[in-house]
This record gives sequence, structure tokens and C-alpha cells, in this order.
Amino acid sequence: MLALFYIFIGVAIGVSFWQITRIMNFRGVIATDEDNTKQGRNALLFMAFLYAMMIYCLIYMNVIMLPESASIEGEHDDNLFNITFILIGVVQFAMQFLIFYFTYKYKGNKDRKAKFYADSHKLELIWTVTPAIVLVVLIGYGLWQWNNIMDLSDDDAIVIEVYSQQFRWEARYAGEDNTLGRGNVNFIQGINTMGVDMNDKNAQDDKQVTELYLPKGKKIHFKFRSQDVLHSAYMPHFRAQMNCVPGMVTEFGFTPKFTTDEMRQQSEVVAKTAGINKIRKAKGEDVYQFDYLLLCNKICGASHYSMQMKITVVEQDEYDKWISEQPTLATVIQ
Amino acid sequence: MSEHHHKETFVTKYIFTQDHKMISKQFLVTGMFMGIIAVFMSMLFRLQLAWPDKSFTIIEAFLGPHQTDGIMNPDFYLALVTIHGTIMVFFVLTAGLSGTFSNLLIPLQIGARDMASGFLNMVSYWLFFVSSVIMVISLFVEAGPASAGWTIYPPLSALPQAIPGSGAGMTLWLVSMAIFVASSLIGALNYIVTVFNLRTKGMKMTRLPLTIWAFFITAIIGVVSFPVLLSAALLLIFDRSFGTSFYLSDIFISGEVLHYQGGSPVLFEHLFWFLGHPEVYIVLLPALGITSEIISTNSRKPIFGYRAMVMSIMAIAFLSTIVWGHHMFISGMNPFLGSVFTFTTLLIAIPSAVKAFNYVTTLWKGNLQLNPAMLFSIGLVSTFVTGGLTGLVLGDSALDIAIHDTYFVVAHFHLVMGVSAIFGMYAGIYHWFPKMYGRMMNKTLGYWHFWITIICAYGVFWPMHFIGLAGLPRRYYSNTAFPMFDDLADINKVITIFALVGGIAQIIFIANFFISMYRGDKATQNPWKSNTLEWTTPVEHIHGNWPGKLPEVHRWAYDYSKRVDPNDDESDYLHGQDYVLQTTPLLEGEEQS
Repeated sequence: MLALFYIFIGVAIGVSFWQITRIMNFRGVIATDEDNTKQGRNALLFMAFLYAMMIYCLIYMNVIMLPESASIEGEHDDNLFNITFILIGVVQFAMQFLIFYFTYKYKGNKDRKAKFYADSHKLELIWTVTPAIVLVVLIGYGLWQWNNIMDLSDDDAIVIEVYSQQFRWEARYAGEDNTLGRGNVNFIQGINTMGVDMNDKNAQDDKQVTELYLPKGKKIHFKFRSQDVLHSAYMPHFRAQMNCVPGMVTEFGFTPKFTTDEMRQQSEVVAKTAGINKIRKAKGEDVYQFDYLLLCNKICGASHYSMQMKITVVEQDEYDKWISEQPTLATVIQ
Repeated sequence: MSEHHHKETFVTKYIFTQDHKMISKQFLVTGMFMGIIAVFMSMLFRLQLAWPDKSFTIIEAFLGPHQTDGIMNPDFYLALVTIHGTIMVFFVLTAGLSGTFSNLLIPLQIGARDMASGFLNMVSYWLFFVSSVIMVISLFVEAGPASAGWTIYPPLSALPQAIPGSGAGMTLWLVSMAIFVASSLIGALNYIVTVFNLRTKGMKMTRLPLTIWAFFITAIIGVVSFPVLLSAALLLIFDRSFGTSFYLSDIFISGEVLHYQGGSPVLFEHLFWFLGHPEVYIVLLPALGITSEIISTNSRKPIFGYRAMVMSIMAIAFLSTIVWGHHMFISGMNPFLGSVFTFTTLLIAIPSAVKAFNYVTTLWKGNLQLNPAMLFSIGLVSTFVTGGLTGLVLGDSALDIAIHDTYFVVAHFHLVMGVSAIFGMYAGIYHWFPKMYGRMMNKTLGYWHFWITIICAYGVFWPMHFIGLAGLPRRYYSNTAFPMFDDLADINKVITIFALVGGIAQIIFIANFFISMYRGDKATQNPWKSNTLEWTTPVEHIHGNWPGKLPEVHRWAYDYSKRVDPNDDESDYLHGQDYVLQTTPLLEGEEQS
């Protein structure tokens, strides 16, 4: 790859210098009929390149894209995304065709006379109203889905606090009472790294962890806090993201749909994992296994690029077992 | 505005000049200089993204203390993307594009002897110059330049403990931007006043070329939104230097609790994007205006739907001021607000679609003169469509949540406002170079420049959508911390190769520009056979633009290929040629278009 790169650079610099010397000889400044013919043909060639690249990416890069949504709420996201993508795909292919085909078809020459065509209210009405109608549908579906995602009224939801700091994540489960104890940076001391107010009775049964375990099929209600700068909790597989803002609590929720094990069996994930492992093997790195991740997605400093937390989705009974094994804050901090 | 000639020294002619044509050239050259810096930076960080663990002599040579053995430091990677964004958005595409062409074309195309205030115009340029100098100086600050992203969200931008660039580098950034805002405001007010008051006889608002409409509306958006950035920056300066808490609250960093209470970073985001989003259109609208003019001239056809074009510019301008929240769907603001912003954002697609369709219809059955300027304009329409369409995905709050701040966003905005606006700028330079320097640019180099640039632009930004859809966040120094992104490494290399070739290819343009300035063919008065007023001025620049009386305007700017019989495409040209200067009086019985 690197050799290729140097060759490219060499070629590019060569072409530049070659052209700069040619400037002395070719003094043409305004397009002639011959130029128009040549450039019209170039437009067609470019269209071929563009189409080839667009189609190649659409087909062969499918495997690298995120697998289907791992949260129930995200299903409609995928749906809406597919609808939007097909729509804009069709428009994209049609418009690029028109732009470059017209450039070729109507390339100027001395015998051609342009059509004097300044206005058509009918046409303009069509292409104002058509996008408007399409957009009404997209906006309607989008807003309905937005309300779905943002609906956090489920009282049975498991409350989990996700806490960010340069450059790591921590989390706190609300415990038996499903209510988080108060938290503030002023309480940060020693092992109380999340700044939990230990005088708050709701805080006693809270459980602090460094990895998220989530039960499948249960709504999770996340509350986010940040200790220093803005961070963003990005959980791409669940179609979830929310900023962590110092000084305020932000919220988000979703219901995991597949356990980590189920996800590893899923065909898209299998294909992507195989691709990754092929690359890793060639480099002599150990085998990669799919895991859900929480990534930081808001610029937060030097190690922003590696700030992450593992998420494991398990069946309910396994989750119950795991959570009962975690010590409460009261026992840890005393 | 003086019509009598007074003696000019080198200083009054080339440096402290009040002549709009010279000021426009000053904006252009300064903008190009800043552009070279920003492009070079992007090439450096693309190297890092493609080969994160390779050592490069070029990085060792240029980054000095900010690299270790030829590998750049993570802090400095963030500084590079920050300054690249800042310079490109503000210094190249706002001042370089709008400053250059508003200054050159507003007086020339409306038939005025100069700007309403030549003095303020000069002040506007020199403030811009000072702000550029400060921004460049900030690159050499010991702890590194500002590195909190071009959006400089606090607390990261407020706390030097959080990132070293937030020390002196950030201070210089803020000072530079404050001066920049002053420069923009003075410029914009001048443009507005000039368009309102100094139109020549017969130049009704409905006869203004679309370039002027675009510059005029752009200036209005600038006046509405830039002051808000200034206040946001001022409050940030207070927080940083005087201990106020506008944006900061409850922070624990480097082992201590800071005193800040009750501020909110979300406030900053609102203020920033209240400028930040209109800024996209401040960048884009002038490019679209330039394109309208060039496509019409080179198609030898009237621009299709002049009124619709004007109305869509206005609609875009209005909507642009009420959509800023779509940058903040996941900021923690009230979800209801998210709904409102989704609605207004997607509405912008309608006027944008009208513009795109109108361009294509203008091409239809034209007699296309494929000059480099025309190719760049066509390229703009292409990238504007490609980039604009993905806006439908990102503008929808429900979808945005899954891909916010990924490379999908980077691809989207680079195509729709970065590449498009820069294409508009190139188109403008190729087209109006003869007006600026009295010489022509070489077309062969222009063609090479265009095709290499558009191929590389698509080669960089089309695949980038897909690595975004793979969930890859932007502003990552390296993707090696996540095995799940291992399969994106090769795509990143391809993108980098396209970026390097595209970046280096700009040498063709720079060479063409400077060599043509001195050795290019002498321009004729109206080389592109255009209708607008600037081509009625003499090739050699004179103070006051027109010798003698100002021209009088009798028609709109787009009477190309007007026929004897409007319904018969085979009939003869009404005026004996396929263009009619705006100064040509109507023939007896001729209908106004």
C-alpha cells in the first residue's frame, strides 16, 4: 500500500510539473468546439467512474456496516433508514445521470442553438410539491419514531447510571429500590470515584461496575453524568447515543433484543467478524470476537480515541445471578 | 467613490487601498494562502489515519515538538482537525469566497463606482488579515493550538487541564475569531448597504444577477448570526479568564473540584450553532450564486426559474436560522425541541431540491461551453446533490442518533458545503480571473485541475459514508483501539491516497493562477460573452469602474439565445447574437423576460 502511495505521489508531482511546463506552449483560454467535445466525453467517462464506485461501495461495503439493530426500539430506525436510503439512492442515481449526460449531450458547437427556456410554473410546481409530499412521509415516520425512542415512561425499566471521565467509563446500577442515590463531583473521594452521596439512603444499595451487563428483553433506562468535559455515550449496535454533560443528567433508553451470544451467531456479524479476523490473522494479532461496545463519541482529549466500555447482554436469569454477585456501595465504601 | 484621479503610491494602491477590486484580490490571495495551510494539515492527519503506526519524515519535519519519532501526538492530531476546520470554514470559505466575490462583483454587477464605504471595506480586509495572522501565530504556541474541535465546545475548550491546546492556543483562537467576526460584520453591512443604495439606473431588485442576490442574502444571514458567535466567544473568554460560570458547572479534573456552578455547555452549543448552521449557508449560497451565473452564461441559456431561484435563496436563508438544533439532537436538550428541529431541517430540502432541478433544467438543451469554470459549476451541482441527499438521513433526529458524529457526517458536510463551496470558488476564479487581472487562465491546466479534483473528492468522501455507517466516530486519532474497526483500515488507506493526490493536484491550480497572472493571454473585454455589467468595464482597472457615465440597465441578466419567435427554437437570435448585454435597450415590441 505504501509503495502504491509513493508511486501516486510521484505521478502527481510529475504530472504537475509536466503541466506547468506545458503552460508555456498551450495558450488556449476559451473552450473551443473541440474542447467541448472532449470535455463532454470526459463527463461521460466520469459518470462511468462515479457509477462504478457508487455501486461497488454499495455492494462490497455492505459487510462492514453495522448489523441489524440489537435493540427493539432501533428496529424502526433501521426501517426508516432503509426507506430513506432507497429513496435518496434513486434520486442520486437519477440526478447524477441527468447532470453528466446533459453535459455530454448538449456540449456546445457552432451549429447548436440553445433553447430559450426561462420558466415553467408547471415544472417548478411539480418539483416543489413532490419533495414536499415525500418529506411529509419521512418527517411523519421520523417524528413518530423519535417519540418512541425518547419515551422513558416505563416504570419497570432498570435504571443504570453511566458516568464518564477522561478517559474511562463507569456505571452504577440502582439496586433493589431501582432509585439512584444522589451524585455530585463534591463527593468524589478515594474509591468513591463516581461522587455518590453516601448519606443518601437510595445510594446504599447502588452497585458500581466497570462493565455493563444488560438483560435481554427488559427496558433499560440510562442516566448519564460526566465528571469533567463533554463525552458522548455511543452504543452503535443499539442505535443509541447521548451526550454526557457536566452539571446535568441526560437520559436515554432501549430494550436489548439479542444476547451477546445470539448476536455472535447472527449472519451479518459472522461475516463481518470473519473479515476482521482474516485481517488480524495476517497481522498476527489474536482472534476478535464480537462484543457490544460503548464508545466515546464527543471529542474529549488526547485518549478520546480509545475510551470505551464493554456491554454484555445476557438472559434474565444470568443477569439476576450477575447483579446479585455485585457488592453494594454501602459495603464497598464503608 | 471619487471620479477624479489622485496620485497613487504603492501603499495606497496595493496595501491600504479602498478600491473594491484590489480589496477583493487581497481577500482572494489571503484566503488561498490560508487554504494551502488547511489542505496541508488535512494531508498530514489523513496520513495518520491511514498509517497510524508508521513513521513519516514529513511529520517529523513539520510537527517538531508535537511528534515522537515521526508519529504525531494524539493532542496534535486534534489540533490539526480543529484548525483545519476553522480555517476552511471561516478563513477560506467565508472570507476567501464571500469576501473575494462580494467585493469584486457587487459594485461591478449593480453598476456602482465602488462599495458604499471604501474605508470600511479596507478596514474589513485588514481585520481579516490581522485575524489570519493571529490564527497562524497560534499554530506555534508551545502547548499547541486550539484542539477542542472547530466547534470548541466547553468545558474542553475552557480547561487547559483537559487538553493542552486549551491554554494560550485557545486564547489566540478566540481573539482571532472575535476579530474575524468584526471583519465579517463590517463587510456584510457594507454589502447590504451597497446593494440597497448604489444600484445603477434601471437595475431593479428583480433584475439583479443571481450572484448579487446570493451575496446580498448571505450578508443578511451573516449580520443576523455572526454577532451571536461573538457573544458566545466573549462568554467563553469570561469563563476561561475571569472565573465566571456561563458554560461550566460541577467539574472535577486533575484531582480537584473546580469552583464553577450552574453553567451549562448546552447553552454554548445553542449559541455556537445559532451561527454555526447559518454559517453553512454563508459558505454555500455565494457558491450557488456564482454557479447560477456561470451555468447560465456557459449554457447560453437563461437560468431556469429566476424567480424560483431567488425565492429558494430566501427560503434557505430564513430556514437556516431556525434549524441549528439539528446539531444537538443528542446534546441532552428536550426531545420535543428535537422534533421541531427535525421538521424545520427537512423543510430545507424543498428549496434545495428546487435549486438542483433548476440547474439541471438550465443545462437541458443548452449549447454548453465547457470552460473550466463551467465544469466546476457542474461539479458543484453534482456534489451538492450527493451531499445534500444524505442530509435527509442526518436531519431526521431518529436516524441521527445512530450515526451522529461518525464519518457519515464528515462525508455529508464535506460534500455539501466543503467541496461544493470550494468548487464554486474555483468556478468563480476561473470565470472572473480576466476581470481581476486582465489576463486569462490556461484552460488545459483548468481541465486537469477539475477532473483530478472531482475524482479525488468523490474518492475521498463517497467511501467515507460507509465507514460512518460502520459506526466509526470522527475525531479519533487512530482506530486501532477497536478491533471492530479493523476492516475499515484498507478503506482509510484508499481515502488517504485520494486525499493526497487531490491535495497535491491543487498545485496545478496555484501554478496556473500565479503564472497566468503575469504571463496569461491578455483578456478581451467580454471573453465569455456574458450579459452582466462587469463585462462593460475596461479591461484595465480604473477607479470608479466605468469611464464617464454609469451604465443604464434595461433588462435582466439572462437574455441568452433570445429568439425572434419565442416558440420557434430554429428562429434567428433577436439581437443577432446569442447574448444581450443588460445595457441594451428593449427593441420595439420586445417582451421583458
